[in-house]
Amino acid sequence: MYVAVKGGERAIANAHAWLAEERRGDPDVPELSIAQIREQQRLAVDRVMTEGSLYDPDLAALALKQARGDQVEAIFLLRAYRTTLPRFGSSLPLDTGGMCVRRRVSAIFKDVPGGQVLGPTFDYTHRLLDFALAAEGDPAPAPRADAPLAETLPGVIDVLNREGLIETEAASDNALPPPDLTREPLRFPAARAMRLQNLARGDEGFLLALGYSTQRGYGRNHPFAGEIRYGEVAVSFVPPELGFEIELGDIELTECQMVNQFAGSKNEPPQFTRGYGVSFGHGERKAMSMALVDRALRAAELGEETDSPAQDAEFVLYHSDNVEAQGFVQHLKLPHYVDFQSELNVVRGMRRAAAEAAEAALAEAAE
Amino acid sequence: MSEQAVLEVRGLTRRFGLRTAVRDVAFELWPGEVLGIVGESGSGKTTLLNCIGGRLPADHGSVMYRTAAGYSVDMLALPEAERRKLLRTEWGFVHQNPRDGLRLDVSAGGNVGERLMALGHRHYGRLRQAAVDWLEHVEIETARVDDPPRAFSGGMQQRLQIARNLVTHPRVVLMDEPTGGLDVSVQARLLDLLRRLVREIGVSAVIVTHDLGVARLLADRLLVMKGGEVVEGGLTDRLLDDPHHPYTQLLVSSALSV
Amino acid sequence: MNHTSALAGEEGYNFAFLDEQTKRMIRRAILKAVAIPGHQIPFGSREMPLSYGWGTGGIQLTAAVIGRDDTLKVIDQGADDTTNAVSIRGFFRRMTGVRTTERTDEATVVQTRHRIPETPLSEGQIIVYQVPIPEPLRWLEPRESETRKMHGLAEYGAMHVKLYEDIVRYGRIETAYDYPVLVNGRYLMRPSPIPKFDNPKMDRMPALQLFGAGREKRIYAVPPYTEVKSLDFEDHPFEVERWEQSCALCGSNDSFLDEIVTDDQGGHAFVCSDTDYCTRRRAAGHEGEGMPEGYLQPSEAAEVLHHPPSALRAPSPSGGRDSDLPPEGEGGAQRRKGDASSGTAFRAGLRP
Repeated sequence: MYVAVKGGERAIANAHAWLAEERRGDPDVPELSIAQIREQQRLAVDRVMTEGSLYDPDLAALALKQARGDQVEAIFLLRAYRTTLPRFGSSLPLDTGGMCVRRRVSAIFKDVPGGQVLGPTFDYTHRLLDFALAAEGDPAPAPRADAPLAETLPGVIDVLNREGLIETEAASDNALPPPDLTREPLRFPAARAMRLQNLARGDEGFLLALGYSTQRGYGRNHPFAGEIRYGEVAVSFVPPELGFEIELGDIELTECQMVNQFAGSKNEPPQFTRGYGVSFGHGERKAMSMALVDRALRAAELGEETDSPAQDAEFVLYHSDNVEAQGFVQHLKLPHYVDFQSELNVVRGMRRAAAEAAEAALAEAAE
Repeated sequence: MSEQAVLEVRGLTRRFGLRTAVRDVAFELWPGEVLGIVGESGSGKTTLLNCIGGRLPADHGSVMYRTAAGYSVDMLALPEAERRKLLRTEWGFVHQNPRDGLRLDVSAGGNVGERLMALGHRHYGRLRQAAVDWLEHVEIETARVDDPPRAFSGGMQQRLQIARNLVTHPRVVLMDEPTGGLDVSVQARLLDLLRRLVREIGVSAVIVTHDLGVARLLADRLLVMKGGEVVEGGLTDRLLDDPHHPYTQLLVSSALSV
Repeated sequence: MNHTSALAGEEGYNFAFLDEQTKRMIRRAILKAVAIPGHQIPFGSREMPLSYGWGTGGIQLTAAVIGRDDTLKVIDQGADDTTNAVSIRGFFRRMTGVRTTERTDEATVVQTRHRIPETPLSEGQIIVYQVPIPEPLRWLEPRESETRKMHGLAEYGAMHVKLYEDIVRYGRIETAYDYPVLVNGRYLMRPSPIPKFDNPKMDRMPALQLFGAGREKRIYAVPPYTEVKSLDFEDHPFEVERWEQSCALCGSNDSFLDEIVTDDQGGHAFVCSDTDYCTRRRAAGHEGEGMPEGYLQPSEAAEVLHHPPSALRAPSPSGGRDSDLPPEGEGGAQRRKGDASSGTAFRAGLRP
């Protein structure tokens, strides 16, 4: 009915009130606390922080609570909040070689200095529903190693790259200050720093599908998981008024160094190339997908064909953001009846003209 | 005759990674002349054509073009605005696959009229009439003027692509295997048409082909490419009847039917 | 920071939500846009608390230009009380505290989606359009790098190909909305999806026209009294749609009409899309043929508060000022408290 497409402020307020009730669910069931979400739904929190571009587990947990567990909605909330925060500057590049590692694996060398560290991973769990979890109770404590890990584990690739078989990152990619995608619009051709920022904020599902497509032949780049590491790393900042470096604190990070098919160029002898992925918290699927897509987007600069979706920078970077995408897809719910009215007029006019033409033809035939 | 070359290519070089696809190529193209570039696939002839036509950046060299207004400009060094303007008015490019050179979901008339509209023509009736005239020229039924080329045969699509290029009476047309992918009988008809149009309009053309039969029919002069370099050049009849370079001899002897 | 400078707006947020640096950045983009009419200026579009595609570009423009003395009108589909218009108006009332109005002639800033008001705009007014896709060449060329070149070189031939195809297929140009225009004889521009009925209003409009595309991060503008020409052919000139019907409420036969389905038997009626225009015509004594029973009638100009919220509202006694605000303390106000807490205060509460 007509009134359904129009609505006053009261209708909106009432809808919000109902939403709040739905969010709470059955009041006889105890309410979730932010701390519970932060501690027990940590991977959801990590994803919201990553794609929300804001490292704050409490706010991410709050966003998840407010969004009723909807991750894209929670990311949206966090991003909108982030807009209101003052920007002080950019941190120094993170030294992930100095990461306090909880997990570190490499698929390209059997053993690596410091060893392979499996850490807390789903990888070798059998995906059987654990009905014991339906009851409450704490798990038995995990066994401890006899000796702690080395304080830091240097990056596998850097350690094992004495021969220069794997490309080193170009210094220009690390130029300071880095561009900020949330302050300046994307432009093309986009520098790698800009592309990586976009991918880091990009929708995990979108990147997963794109990365997967490169493995299935749409822009193959022969990836090997050079190293995946997860742990805590310090964030440092140089306040202009101080002029020296101070540590702001530690954040949890997952990093993926992908090693890919070799390439040579005018200036470089053949060597393996790299793709890079990173996420806040523990997000290996995201970091690996990102690394695959990063490498795919380097196709043009490496002189490769660029005929697959994952290699098309405009296609990938313009469609990776789930906050943008959800808004535009869902804006179709907004009234469009003025446009539709215009189209109605057109179609009616065309049908009338067609009918008149048919009538005229009939009259002519009758004469 | 104190004629000046319409196109002078000098030292054109293009590399892909460690491989040099085109090395130090030079030639002139004279008014009204059809120059054929022959060689087997991978010899660099299409890369050369793409560099001349500005579709691929060259690493070195120059492409001096004498404009309709009589100026000599280096197409490779020209500001993009001027280069693109020349490309869509005084130049044409016929792709091997007509799908690359046509808008398949736009009517034949719209395809032919696009260059005119870009030049500012704004009268629907006259645009459509120009398209009808050109369809006639390239032997496409004029009743098809409102049909999109998606439904056309390969030969018709190729003829439409040619009409779309010639509608502004360009001075230089580059063609990449224009008869490739067509049946032999369709090829013959297209070749006849091309010969006629080139003579009628007096356009200069560079035609890349691997088919010496096509080259003999269309080209006044030939360049033979091998491994990115021009190994031999000369008048078509001389070159095909009395090839000097061993590679040309091989090429000619392997194409017995010519 | 600037949070302390919040004046009449929401506590914890700067006036009009955006911080002053961001506003300055947007204003610089607006100045560029005004200097090059119709040219799209990339800007550092911020992530807003409203969804992309729901007017974030327009909201940022309004936030950047609005001041405490302004009077804001927000419409969607020509109406002041469509849900999204209400939502955006509510956002600005909350974030600025400025006066809002439904009267076109009272507003200093009009934010709109899909329509230009029927009442002519005048000097000193600003109309802000919400733009979903700013690029008029997008259907021809999906690549931004290529369309920028086409604009730079004014290569607009392909746009006429689209219109040519309309004539081939339908015998006339059948683009009904978002009809492409050439601004100041130079830049091809997408007028946002307004019906082509509204295109002539853009030409030499005395008001400043600003266009904001938040998701696509572009701002463009048409300065006052600038030529805006709808593309056409000499033998198929641009024309706007006309209705055989007139408005059932105010009898207008020259405004854009919405078609209202009135029953499930195929019954329908036509009323003005511009609710303010319709209301004021009725107040001035104009009358249409009337709506079916149960709907607002032409004579019910001043007493429709019992009516369901709809475009068929009459002006409120306060002379057009908003009267559809729920009183404080109803559902809406409770919610406000929740998400209005400033981040810092909230975080302080969370942290030990």
